[in-house]
Amino acid sequence: MTIETVDTQPKPNLLNDPKFRAIAAQIVVVVLFVSFVAYIISNTAVNLEKLGIKAGFEFLGLQAGFMPTSPNFNLTDFDVNKDTHMDVFWLGLVNTLLIAVLGIIAATIVGFVFGVLRLSKNPLVNFVAAAYIEGVRNIPLLLQILVWYFGVLLALPIVKQSINMGDLVFLNNRYLVAPAPIFEDGFGFVTIAFIIGIVATFFLARWAHKRQDTTGQQFPIFYSALGLIIGFPILVLLAMGVPLNWNIPELKGFNFVGGVQITSQLTALFLALTFYTGSFIAENVRAGILAVSHGQTEAAYALGLRPNRTMSLIVIPQAMRVVVPPVTSQYLNLTKNSSLAIAIGYPDIVNVFMGISLNQTGKAIEIIGMTMGVYLTISLLISMFMNWYNKRVALVER
Amino acid sequence: MKALKLLAATAALAVVSTAASAATLDDVKKKGFIQCGVTTGLVGFASPDDKGVWKGFDVDFCRAMSAAIFGDPMKVKFTPTTGKTRFTALASGEIDVLARNTTWTMSRDTDLGFEFIGVNYYDGQGFMIRKSLGVKSATELNGASVCIQTGTTTELNLADYFRTNKMSFTPVVVEDAAEARQNYDKGACDVYTTDRSGLAAQRSVLSEPDAHMVLPEIISKEPLGPLVRHGDNAWGDLARWTLNVLISAEELGVTMGNADSMKTANNPEIKRMLGTEGDLGAMLGLGKDWGYNILKAVGNYSEVYERNIGTKTAVNLARGVNALWNQGGILYSAPLR
Repeated sequence: MTIETVDTQPKPNLLNDPKFRAIAAQIVVVVLFVSFVAYIISNTAVNLEKLGIKAGFEFLGLQAGFMPTSPNFNLTDFDVNKDTHMDVFWLGLVNTLLIAVLGIIAATIVGFVFGVLRLSKNPLVNFVAAAYIEGVRNIPLLLQILVWYFGVLLALPIVKQSINMGDLVFLNNRYLVAPAPIFEDGFGFVTIAFIIGIVATFFLARWAHKRQDTTGQQFPIFYSALGLIIGFPILVLLAMGVPLNWNIPELKGFNFVGGVQITSQLTALFLALTFYTGSFIAENVRAGILAVSHGQTEAAYALGLRPNRTMSLIVIPQAMRVVVPPVTSQYLNLTKNSSLAIAIGYPDIVNVFMGISLNQTGKAIEIIGMTMGVYLTISLLISMFMNWYNKRVALVER
Repeated sequence: MKALKLLAATAALAVVSTAASAATLDDVKKKGFIQCGVTTGLVGFASPDDKGVWKGFDVDFCRAMSAAIFGDPMKVKFTPTTGKTRFTALASGEIDVLARNTTWTMSRDTDLGFEFIGVNYYDGQGFMIRKSLGVKSATELNGASVCIQTGTTTELNLADYFRTNKMSFTPVVVEDAAEARQNYDKGACDVYTTDRSGLAAQRSVLSEPDAHMVLPEIISKEPLGPLVRHGDNAWGDLARWTLNVLISAEELGVTMGNADSMKTANNPEIKRMLGTEGDLGAMLGLGKDWGYNILKAVGNYSEVYERNIGTKTAVNLARGVNALWNQGGILYSAPLR
């Protein structure tokens, strides 16, 4: 008897082949997406042409002709006599980065402090932390910025009646002005000493860590760092005969002349962003700490660790795994929220570049495109850094 | 927030196939009202009263156009625009006409693609300051903090003026008139600069109007006028001749009160304007009585002026250069024939 070897299975319909279907579906989606994007672009181009609007980036090289910021708060040395719209862009970018960096640092500190306080067993402390968190994070940010600016900072005395702190620091409703350091010849050595101090501390810390791992002996790293980073430069400063002078502010005419000014707009935006974002970070921190099982704490106590050491060596490192990803989102939010600066006239990129430059040139598409590019780049950089940090603190499974 | 608005406008430009080139008058007649862009609130020029009805010098221009087209001054919908949003709103077709004390400049006329239909107020940029500071001239303003509204020609004029006079200043740049006033009133800036008409309007609503003064210097020419989009000349003509009727009527002595009796006056130009002789309205695609309707609705230029910003109002602006050409001013209308 011969065995029929004819393949009885009919050839499967191509439509029922999962592999084919998957690829076909993807091709269809890609084609649809690409044609949609192409349609939007061509439609925009056609309509711009119809309205007689010319696209192009030549305007960036034209002189701006306006003063986007106070001469006393001018981080890029903007010169109204010759600077272009490109310089307005840089000025705005630097101001945006400034508020973002200051805000992120301060919001992190505020967030961690209140996150830990929120878990305190002391009812008063607990209540204060809860009141702050629930109050602040449930009020719209724009409202808070306006309250800080119009309600708090503009209510300070006017320039002529500035609050005088020892004839050196003056506070009024426009700015806080303090003496500015003037570096003379030889101050460079102090800076070098400072950098040496940081590098030395870094290697000392690694050595101390290694020694503790192998011998169990501890090294007073905090005090050594203090001496290296602060004490050493001060010694150099004294040795060089203090090559440092101070530019003391003085009221002349309408405003103070000299010194370094911190404007009310910057302060209001900084305070509002810090406390608003800080309240969210506090909740993330609380969630992270609560996520560490109580057994860990008990085990640490059983080993004889004091509560402080338990918190810093056992609980916080494990909590970080839970805290970092949501905190990243908060950093991104803070950066993007800084564009609300326009409400009170802080010269960030949205205010000066997407506001004034756009109006004077009418190049809406180019300018909005560039501004979106800036926020996208900053956000992606923050995300990259935080992802790297998250990998470091993540649970290493063995 | 602003970004979103602009983005939305850009998206609207991209998606909606533009209505800009269509005949605006037909569109307006079809929808039954004019969409008019005004300020977000500047007393005397355009601001809503306590019942929410828009009132003011610029508002009355749109009401006059509405009267010319529909015979009814109330067929206008007002869109409040800021210094920044006004041009996008007009270019995208969101509004049909922009009457928002906008300065006629060359780049706005050519590069931005608009058509200024005339000047309804000759203005110039000035400075307002507290009397108590003892400043008598703008040349003494070195080092001052200056409140400015963003998106305006004032920003450039201000920088030019201070550069010319080798002075420095601290700009306090804000978004709209109300915010600028609040900053100025609380002392965040020493000086408030904008067009002198705007200064007068703002001064009238400060907490103590008499504690402030406008400095004598006029640092720029600011011919303010209504504008429309390029590309529809018939619509531009309609707006232009609405303004000319207002000015001509003052010159010819036709008012809201005597428009009826003037219909039979001996002067042929008055008769042409009021529609009892010839048919000027048909040339604009309107009815015979378009001029009569304008005057019955808002009165002539002088009546509009005195009612909204004249010396008897809180804004208190004398006519100055805005008087008729034969009364010492520079206001002049082309003849209606």
